[in-house]
Amino acid sequence: MRARRMIRPLAALMLAGVGLWLAPVRAAEEIELPRIKWSFSGPFDRFDRNAARRGFEVYTQACQFCHGLRFLSFNSLAALGFDESELSAIAAAREVLDGPNDDGDMFKRPARVSDRMPPPFANEKAARAANNGALPPDLSLMIKARNGGPDYVFGILTGYDKAPQGFAVAPGLNYNRVFPGHQIAMPRPLSAGAVTFTDGTPASVEQAAHDVVTFLAWASEPTLEERKRVGTRVLLFLLTFAALVFAIQQRLWARLH
Amino acid sequence: MKVKSNGGNRPRIVEWIDARLPVFTYLQREYGEFPMPRNVNYLWSLGAIASVFFAILMVTGIFLAMHYTAHKDLAFDSVERIMRDVNWGWLLRYMHMNGASFFFAAVYIHLLRGLYYGSYKAPRELLWIFGVVLLLCMMASAFLGYVLPWGQMSYWAATVITNLFSAIPLVGDMLVSWILGGYSVDNPTLTRFYALHYLMAFVIAAVIGLHVIALHIVRSNNPLGIEPKSADETVPFHPYLTAKDGFAIVVALIAFSLFTFFAPNMLGETVNYVPANPLQTPPHIVPEWYFWPFYAILRAVPNLWIIDAKLGGVIAMGASILVLFFVPWLDTSPVRSARFRPIYRGFFWVLIAAIVALGWAGSRPPEGAALWVAKAATLYYFAHFLVVLPLLGRREKTLPLPASISAAIKSGAA
Repeated sequence: MRARRMIRPLAALMLAGVGLWLAPVRAAEEIELPRIKWSFSGPFDRFDRNAARRGFEVYTQACQFCHGLRFLSFNSLAALGFDESELSAIAAAREVLDGPNDDGDMFKRPARVSDRMPPPFANEKAARAANNGALPPDLSLMIKARNGGPDYVFGILTGYDKAPQGFAVAPGLNYNRVFPGHQIAMPRPLSAGAVTFTDGTPASVEQAAHDVVTFLAWASEPTLEERKRVGTRVLLFLLTFAALVFAIQQRLWARLH
Repeated sequence: MKVKSNGGNRPRIVEWIDARLPVFTYLQREYGEFPMPRNVNYLWSLGAIASVFFAILMVTGIFLAMHYTAHKDLAFDSVERIMRDVNWGWLLRYMHMNGASFFFAAVYIHLLRGLYYGSYKAPRELLWIFGVVLLLCMMASAFLGYVLPWGQMSYWAATVITNLFSAIPLVGDMLVSWILGGYSVDNPTLTRFYALHYLMAFVIAAVIGLHVIALHIVRSNNPLGIEPKSADETVPFHPYLTAKDGFAIVVALIAFSLFTFFAPNMLGETVNYVPANPLQTPPHIVPEWYFWPFYAILRAVPNLWIIDAKLGGVIAMGASILVLFFVPWLDTSPVRSARFRPIYRGFFWVLIAAIVALGWAGSRPPEGAALWVAKAATLYYFAHFLVVLPLLGRREKTLPLPASISAAIKSGAA
């Protein structure tokens, strides 16, 4: 029959189409992201608390002047092992806008631990005015909001370099190996020794970038550890239950044969 | 096989209720004694699996609605609040997100099962049609729901999809602003999409009801595609199918848990964790994976004569689902199961390859190889239903059907 002869070439054609699935996206240019072994990436992994705490120090010393963390309260840092007095000190170092008071005026006061982290600028216009027209994004969800996640953010932080010969960088922008288009508005945020860690770890650019990414990964999903812990239990239960139901099913159907 | 009725020794309260509203008799008849062909395989559990995912979506959705705020300035933050501050909120939301994917996956396999074993043929045409209606409702609901977190992809997906209606001649633009509640996607769009998303859950529940009622009248098909002839070719639904479906459901839940707990964002777009910004278009607007094949068809149609590419794409995308309604009549073969249709079986797998190829093309920008694959696969998709099914049914030499299900079981063919 004629139709039978048509099937093979048709199937081959379609399979060729499926084969293209395996071919990588032909983007204008492939950017190789660094591949870091993160403390939190495996199915049973937790955030490295020491790295995350150092990462918070990087954030306060190098990031917070331009980038907010609007979904985090000072309280939530307790999950990283800061005790109450440390949290109070961290909060008290920041000012928040409160009010109106009984005279109808807004006023500034030192932050309390129950406050959300205050934004670095009063509004978007102020942020752009202070940053050459660019808007520094909030970092609360940064690790979840970029393809490549932690590797991408690490790549950006460590990707500052001299522009290659013949690559014209527009005024006010900076060359970055990883950023799409290679021109980023953010000036190099980390340099060797610019951050000091209270635990004495030497603050190389890689170390600081690694630690702040660990902190931001926690900030993006503080429930990650609970999710994996609950997930492991749910899976253990379901696997046991599956075995039981399978055994029942086999016994029942065996009666029929 | 004789089934023991429980009618004689029921508690008096059960008898009292049953005499007034026979729910217990109904359950016993439809889920206790209901005869299932004894040769059904695990593909016949996909309906039950899909129902479980629908139930998961309903329950998690109701709780999410208690914490969600449908306002363009608050929606994104309220979802983040659910993720961080609401007790078990992260679980509710991740189950809802991944539940939608698994609901679609189950329904797609369910649908392809029907195509392979000819489950749409007489007397099951209406059952099939309710199924296609369900698919349409699910697609509407998934789209409406995707807009609610008000991330970048939510906003731009809403913009792209609602804009499709503007392709309709004369009334298109009017229709779009009527749907949006304005001239662009904005707060009125969000609030009505929220209301409609919540409504769709109940519409879907009702259509599932019709689908199941129709199933219980015409009863299940089976891999041989021949009707059971005697009682020993069937088994009572309980305990045989409750146990079998039960196992299949637990296996599906294991797969679901792997995603929900260990890769909850793998099926989603990262850019949807960026709040919606009407002034900044993402470089690459893509829907969720379950819409990729349709998205590929939408973008595969070139300008044809007086129909421009946009209208042509919308017509093709609509037709790709509408054509399913006519499958019971497009397929002219008297034989149901592909087991006895060697040539149809080949074409079925070509169709699967075409759908997978469309899925791949739909996830890419419409250029180069992806565009050509989309065009070729779109042509085959329609040719399969409009040319292959009608012609093949008349000309194919089918294999001899077994005399009965028990005969096939004895000869080891079932």
